[in-house]
Amino acid sequence: MTKLTDPRLMLLSPGDSVYVLRDQIAAGEAVMVDGIAVTFAQPLGLGHKIARLPVAHGDRVIKYGAPIGRASRAIAPGDHVHLHNLVSDYTPTYALNTPPSDLNKGDA
Amino acid sequence: MRGWPRSDGRKGIRNVVAVAYLVECAHHVAREVAGVDRDHAHVIGFPGCYPNPYAQKMMERLCTHPNVGAVLLVSLGCESFNRHQVEAVVRATGRPVKVLVIQNTGGTRSTIAAGREWVAQQVAALALAPTVPMQVSDLIVGTVCGGSDGTSGITGNPAAGIAFDKLVAAGAACIFEETGELIGCEAIMESRAATPALAAELRASVEKAARYYETLGFGSFASGNADGGLTTIEEKSLGAYMKSGQSPISGLIKPGDIPPKGGLYLMDVVPDGEVRFGFPNISDNAEIVEMMASGAHCTLFVTGRGSVVGSALAPVIKIAANPHMYARLSEDMDVNAGRVLDGSATLEQVGQEIFDLVLSVASGTRTKSEDLGHQEFILTYKSFDPIGPACLPV
Repeated sequence: MTKLTDPRLMLLSPGDSVYVLRDQIAAGEAVMVDGIAVTFAQPLGLGHKIARLPVAHGDRVIKYGAPIGRASRAIAPGDHVHLHNLVSDYTPTYALNTPPSDLNKGDA
Repeated sequence: MRGWPRSDGRKGIRNVVAVAYLVECAHHVAREVAGVDRDHAHVIGFPGCYPNPYAQKMMERLCTHPNVGAVLLVSLGCESFNRHQVEAVVRATGRPVKVLVIQNTGGTRSTIAAGREWVAQQVAALALAPTVPMQVSDLIVGTVCGGSDGTSGITGNPAAGIAFDKLVAAGAACIFEETGELIGCEAIMESRAATPALAAELRASVEKAARYYETLGFGSFASGNADGGLTTIEEKSLGAYMKSGQSPISGLIKPGDIPPKGGLYLMDVVPDGEVRFGFPNISDNAEIVEMMASGAHCTLFVTGRGSVVGSALAPVIKIAANPHMYARLSEDMDVNAGRVLDGSATLEQVGQEIFDLVLSVASGTRTKSEDLGHQEFILTYKSFDPIGPACLPV
């Protein structure tokens, strides 16, 4: 019995720790993630990721059935997963408009 | 499909005059010459004054690309580029070729006038050139992605991969690339190699890319990728990898190596040796140029954020991954793969649409970027060692 999940959330591979948005979500809008209602302070565009499974600090985040980096802080189901809580195992990510304090913050 | 036959057995899907500047100092004259008939005369060139074997090889390959019917080389006169060698290589293929040296032709105005007159003669002659039947197995098709976002890897890239599978099954050679955007995919990719020795070469090429980008301090990842929901280079890579489809990997080539037969090939675009000359490919068109140098008749370009580019010499088919972007930039997009997200099309349907469009473009249909006059081109410094025997197993 699967718990209710917003149809805009797409699961790419059965073991993935994240869902991918197939449409945008407005700021403050209630979104169901496996039976839990969550809201986001910022609007999220399509292609963004929302956590499906808890990921401990330092553990791998899985998408497409493959690791896409490590959690730079603990991630709970329903969290937006992006630069503030996920870092590359290879090269750091460069992004404009991101406060330097948030850019790949986490363990060295 | 019909194509223009070339002396090396390849066939062109276009028949243009390449107007090539051999140093930036000759760029303006070349642009003015080609401006007389931009549909039929395309500007390519190399900006540097220092010699570079990679750039020399690329220019030789581009000037003998199957879509090129005649070549005008525009030289300032004192640059180090070996114009005599390019001229000899083009002449050996039977194509008309002319060299104009600005310093010996009386300067800007008279060189432009002489160039325009020669180009006009060639365009008139090319219009009468006979064509021959062409099969899918005569085609080489490249794929790149640019302006990727979180949709690229779930719509446009896998749809391009399905089109690649159909093309490979019909005998075409297909090339995917950017080893710097396959970081994290080594294990899954090597399992598809035709031989164990090729598997080791594929892995080594991605490890080389990871080391190269680590030295530079940036991955092949632009700020807009993050705005579009991508967080790490390995996440972008997994999406980019989807462009390769499901076919076995037949070989590993470097820019300018032409696939010897049909099949799926990985292009290793990261230079060999110490890190020199900066980033491997400074923007998307550098990748398209390398695809053309390896013989690509046309290139599939998957974009999420919304690139508008085309290319000189060979058509670019732009595939929109993101339906919101498609709505904003539809005049620039040939395919809307974003339909997969709202359920109005399946990946298989979009893959078939891309396959059909490749055949249509190869038959003469103009892409959006061709109609809009996009003819971007960029070639910079690199250095490569030749590929080893394990890269192209027989």
